[in-house]
Amino acid sequence: MIEFLSQPWPWYTSGIVIALVMLILLFFGKSFGFSSNLRTICAACGAGKTVKFFDFDWRAQTWNLLFLVGAILGGFIASEFLSNGEAVQISQATIQDLSALGISAPEGIQPEEIFSLESAFSLKGFLILLLGGFAVGFGARYAGGCTSGHAISGISNLQLPSLIAVVGFFIGGLFTTWVLMPLIF
Amino acid sequence: MKGLKFILAGILFGIVMSKSEAISWFRIQEMFRFQSFHMYGIIGTAVVLGIIITYVIKKYKLRDFQGNPIVFIPKEKSVPRYLIGGTIFGLGWALTGACPGPMFVNIGFQYWSILIAVVGAIAGTFLYGAIKDSLPH
Repeated sequence: MIEFLSQPWPWYTSGIVIALVMLILLFFGKSFGFSSNLRTICAACGAGKTVKFFDFDWRAQTWNLLFLVGAILGGFIASEFLSNGEAVQISQATIQDLSALGISAPEGIQPEEIFSLESAFSLKGFLILLLGGFAVGFGARYAGGCTSGHAISGISNLQLPSLIAVVGFFIGGLFTTWVLMPLIF
Repeated sequence: MKGLKFILAGILFGIVMSKSEAISWFRIQEMFRFQSFHMYGIIGTAVVLGIIITYVIKKYKLRDFQGNPIVFIPKEKSVPRYLIGGTIFGLGWALTGACPGPMFVNIGFQYWSILIAVVGAIAGTFLYGAIKDSLPH
């Protein structure tokens, strides 16, 4: 059983479980949207004293912070008990494209050139992660949601704003991939 | 404990995001290069099922576990905030290979360097809150 679970899971299992997670949260009177946690974290750290946007009853969002804690635990369980340590099986075309940028084929889940501690604490690696994360946080709040809130919850509710946000996700993602990455790497 | 169910839902989410490799920078690159169906399959399956779930809940006016109606709050109508905000989000998504959920799953997976991206994301959220009134929405 564990051996079976330790292999990568096909895409449809993931799609089904993500929809199930959305259903579970709706059943418990909540909605699926992960990036709200970033706002809650700011508020919990006292940002409400200086910025009005963070001056709200963040304790009412504790359920979502617990979901976040669960997500971390889930990653831990997957890496410790359900992983065979195999490299991600990405397509040959992607491996070739990335090798042209100087990023070697996968040996695990993440590329060494960005995520190894050595790379992450080089100036370039540090800025990639910091500025990338910064854009994710800034953009998610500006757009009022991230992949879970817009691409999943919003589009499931046939919300045009969510579709526009997802179009934006792709405009930005394609620009980074095709224009910025050849300049950065 | 009332909060346990949310932790369990999070664990389920974290495991499946890990095991379907949706937390991998490589998978996000593959998606933005249109070189595999994998990520589209994940998001597509979730969306199709999500549409059905949302439709059924609305049609049959289903209630949550406490008997309250399940309500879906429509998103505020606008174009600039979604398009500009979404684009900025996408710029970062392709760079870090992680949207907010997978960032935290990666911490559990012990890719500690992702903490730099998490700090960045919190700082980005803070800056948005600080300057939001001067941005087009």
